[in-house]
Amino acid sequence: MSFDAHPAGSAVHAPMAEPSGFIRKYIFSVDHKVIGIQYFLLALTAVLIGIVLSLLMRFHLVWPNATLPFVSGGQMSQEQYLALVTMHGTIMVFFVLTTAPQGGFGNYFLPIQIGAPDMAFPRLNMLSFWVTFLAFVCIVAAFFVPGGAPISGWTGYTPLSGLGEITGPGEGWGQTMWIASISLFCLASLLGALNFIATTIDLRAPGMTLMRMPLTVWGWLVTAVLGLLAFGVLLAAGILLLLDRSAGTSFFLPAGLVVNDQLQPHSGGSPLLWQHLFWFFGHPEVYIAILPGMGVASHVLSTFSRKPVFGYRAMAFAICTIGFLGFMVWGHHMFLSGMSPYSGFAFSVLTMAIGVPSAIKTFNWLGTLWGGKIQFKSPMLFALGFVSLFVSGGLSGLFLAQPAVDNLLHATYYVVAHFHLVMGVAAIFGIFAATYFWFPKMFGRMMNEPMAKIHFWFTFVGAYCIFMPMHFVGLAGGIRRYADPSAVAFLAKLQPVHEFMTIAAFITGAAQLVFLLNFFYSLKFGPKASKNPWNATTLEWTTDSPPPIDNFGGHYPSVYRGPYEFSVPGAQQDFIPQNLEPAQVAGAK
Amino acid sequence: MPGTTVTEEIIELIHEGKGPGGGAASGNGDGGGEGGGSGSSGGGRTPQRAYVTGMIVALAGILMFFMAFVSAYVVRKDMPNSAWIPLAIPRILWLNTLVLIASSFTLTRARKLFVAKDQEGFRHWWATTSILGIFFVAGQIIAWRQLVAAGTFLATNPSSSFFYVFTGAHGLHLLGGVLALLYIQFRTPRKLTMGTAVDIVSMYWHFMDGLWVFLFLLLWLVR
Amino acid sequence: MRIRKRNSGSVATPALLSLLLVILVVVTVYVFAAGTYAPPKTITSVGQAIDHQYDMTLAVVATVFILSQLGLAFAIFRFRDRGQKAHFTRGNNTMEVIWTSATIILFVGLGLMGRKAWAEMRFATAAPDAIQVEVTENQFVFNFRYPGPDGKFGRLDTRQISASTGNPLGIDQNDPAGKDDIVVPTLTVPVNHEVQLLIRSQDVIHNFFVRELRLQQDATPGMVVPLHFEANTIGQYEIVCTQLCGLGHSRMHSYLNVVSDADYDAFLKQQASGQ
Repeated sequence: MSFDAHPAGSAVHAPMAEPSGFIRKYIFSVDHKVIGIQYFLLALTAVLIGIVLSLLMRFHLVWPNATLPFVSGGQMSQEQYLALVTMHGTIMVFFVLTTAPQGGFGNYFLPIQIGAPDMAFPRLNMLSFWVTFLAFVCIVAAFFVPGGAPISGWTGYTPLSGLGEITGPGEGWGQTMWIASISLFCLASLLGALNFIATTIDLRAPGMTLMRMPLTVWGWLVTAVLGLLAFGVLLAAGILLLLDRSAGTSFFLPAGLVVNDQLQPHSGGSPLLWQHLFWFFGHPEVYIAILPGMGVASHVLSTFSRKPVFGYRAMAFAICTIGFLGFMVWGHHMFLSGMSPYSGFAFSVLTMAIGVPSAIKTFNWLGTLWGGKIQFKSPMLFALGFVSLFVSGGLSGLFLAQPAVDNLLHATYYVVAHFHLVMGVAAIFGIFAATYFWFPKMFGRMMNEPMAKIHFWFTFVGAYCIFMPMHFVGLAGGIRRYADPSAVAFLAKLQPVHEFMTIAAFITGAAQLVFLLNFFYSLKFGPKASKNPWNATTLEWTTDSPPPIDNFGGHYPSVYRGPYEFSVPGAQQDFIPQNLEPAQVAGAK
Repeated sequence: MPGTTVTEEIIELIHEGKGPGGGAASGNGDGGGEGGGSGSSGGGRTPQRAYVTGMIVALAGILMFFMAFVSAYVVRKDMPNSAWIPLAIPRILWLNTLVLIASSFTLTRARKLFVAKDQEGFRHWWATTSILGIFFVAGQIIAWRQLVAAGTFLATNPSSSFFYVFTGAHGLHLLGGVLALLYIQFRTPRKLTMGTAVDIVSMYWHFMDGLWVFLFLLLWLVR
Repeated sequence: MRIRKRNSGSVATPALLSLLLVILVVVTVYVFAAGTYAPPKTITSVGQAIDHQYDMTLAVVATVFILSQLGLAFAIFRFRDRGQKAHFTRGNNTMEVIWTSATIILFVGLGLMGRKAWAEMRFATAAPDAIQVEVTENQFVFNFRYPGPDGKFGRLDTRQISASTGNPLGIDQNDPAGKDDIVVPTLTVPVNHEVQLLIRSQDVIHNFFVRELRLQQDATPGMVVPLHFEANTIGQYEIVCTQLCGLGHSRMHSYLNVVSDADYDAFLKQQASGQ
């Protein structure tokens, strides 16, 4: 829509000079590429912590009486388990899934893919990262404050989270740190969303119309819109919760609460209000977690099938539809909450409807592969894995979307299986696909393919081994967030399944070491990468690996065609870069 | 025209904002600058219209933040057995509202004078707006003190809680607006042209005014 | 294992990936079909409606799952790089319309079909002669209150809550209607008789879940949520709390005893005489 970000004829500017000094170059940098890497490394740290927490959880479920080092009393207690549950969820959802795909890869590649020299507001970008970092410090601090980490789950339902230490350990300082962390994260995300949207609308290179944007950009754009409209609500809710906890207000706390025989002084608030506010944010949040991955999947599938994305317009439309409908379905987390059952049914129909654009995307992914010339490099393996995992995880949602069936499945491991498959694996595969795909561009070196393949096989098989059986545990009545399954008789027969999942989890966790090794080794010693090792079409592959400070070395590109011109009949090569002038493309349509 | 280097940007960060440097950091002329909305300022690579987009986007986010409070208010008020005691709105709020509405008029005046290149008139009416804004904030604080004197605190009852939350959140945002007004009064923005800066601060201010009118009507009529 | 690469890539990787997807489908379908890990048989007729809806959903989901994963497996193997040219196409609008329409009809249709079971359970109110039982949950116990012979629940006064003196629910000692209320830690109901539960909580959000009833409901403080059911099979069934409520969440459970009419009367009499 806007062609004149850089008026014609001024395509060549003097190349920008690099900033000097370690601090300006790597710490307080306004360069979106550095900031993107900072977000990525933050997410990497967070995911390692998150994985360790989950392995401790899985260990406890199977060997609850084992003596653990560093644990006071030797054995993990109920509150420690629940603290792990809470922190694992919070760290993974916010600091991994909302950080790496958008803050990491989005920051790095959005400007380059649209032909811009940086984000619209570079200093705001830097501020966003450091506020996110501060939020991360707060959440990690929750482990170390008096009382320890909170135990109310990543969802923080009131009154459990609203009354302070009296409802359980960790509900004092720990819960306060949680609120502080989340609030900071909201602020940072709002600022980031602002930047993404303004950049995408106003900084596109000449010729880069909306319909020529790579689907990765569509993913980041719609994700930013979701974040813009959702994080403000969570921030508001967090403020109200903080007031309830520390200022004596009663937004979420009803009258007559008696905890430990003590009557609480609050009155007239509604725990359901917290749920509404939280899930109004929470549901768009999970689409924030998956949409960038969908964009990456389309992008990688096309590139390594040497075919355009099947139904580009439909794909862009589906991303927008998912985003739009994503704001209308939050009540499906609350079918059994006491909310009106009529509202519940309305939410249910909308939720079933949101399965439609997701299905469209799946069909189009298959259509992209169909008739292709598929090359099984590591980014492609993870993109293919993404499709399979997204199908598996998305389909179990159809059960949960129906309130009648939800009576049986709510709060069981069935739900845990569903959201882990879509978020905890599919979205992660999107991150891995992006990492393997863009590592050469970001760091100027190739990652090791054999190691990447080993990482893929173990992770793909391992993830299914962990989360497919969880459906069965849930169906048979396995209740989530139970620190001690042995308390209920009918859960005993599920222990063997838990053991299987735990062993799979440890093996899969160990396999991630292969990725880490590959990543850090290749940073230093990987073979040097060319500008375009994958023979891809989008703008980032026209510039150096890694790109110069202003992305294009003073030569701003102009765009002449869509982003997925592969195997165009009559063309010299099986790909046509977006910025190649028409005169240089022989015979292409 | 070469853009500023990243180094210069960071130097700006570390030191206090000084006036515009030499030509390299300019782009902050009067009026529309280079082609107003569509050209890029000489200072950076961000076109002026991106700042406008950014402000619109920011206002959308801020709106959602307030709408969360509004929906909480409406839900809470209508809860059965809710022991909702309507709050008597301090009378000074009427005055504050008039002051804020007036400030939107003075702001519009200032902007028209800016476009007509009447620097002195612009600065006069822009300052008037700032003063009215400060009066508004002061008036809100007075309202709070009146409530406290009457024994109505944040946690006294649900309607008072919402009152303080609405006015507090709005007041903080408005204070930010006042700071922006003062910044333009006394400093010159670097990456933005003055015209863009005037435009986006005006947008913000009018939005905060409109938001206040909405919140005020809500507190007055829906209780 | 790896075939030496020419310019067209090895067959091992696509073959292995396709095989894994096929194994995924086979194993998943098998375990679901075998019903090894299935919920226990339901003891209500609405439970059967729910199971029916579940089965319909499973049929749709299984079909889509099988077709998608196998389609993926096929495409991966069939269209691996063997030196061929890719077939250039931007898409097919007719197909888009077809599969979008089909999906809408299937998914939304499924959702609309689910209305019946949900309505039976939640839209419909309990019969006037339903047995009323109040379910009070708090950290970390269930308490069930019957109105007693006078058929009326006594008023509750939170200031009179005292587990130590035997008044965990805070029944107002000054209310004569509360004198004959029966408070017990497990839920006893007669078979084939409608029961209305009034679910509430004293402190944080809990939940009431009986798998065999196919019934679950959050107990939210500040609200009383009515829930009705009619059990058709005598037996003892577990009640669990599924909403994270604190330290003792996993230890919070009770039992539903569905007994014959005679046994139910005996239970009431025994409780009344024990007052």
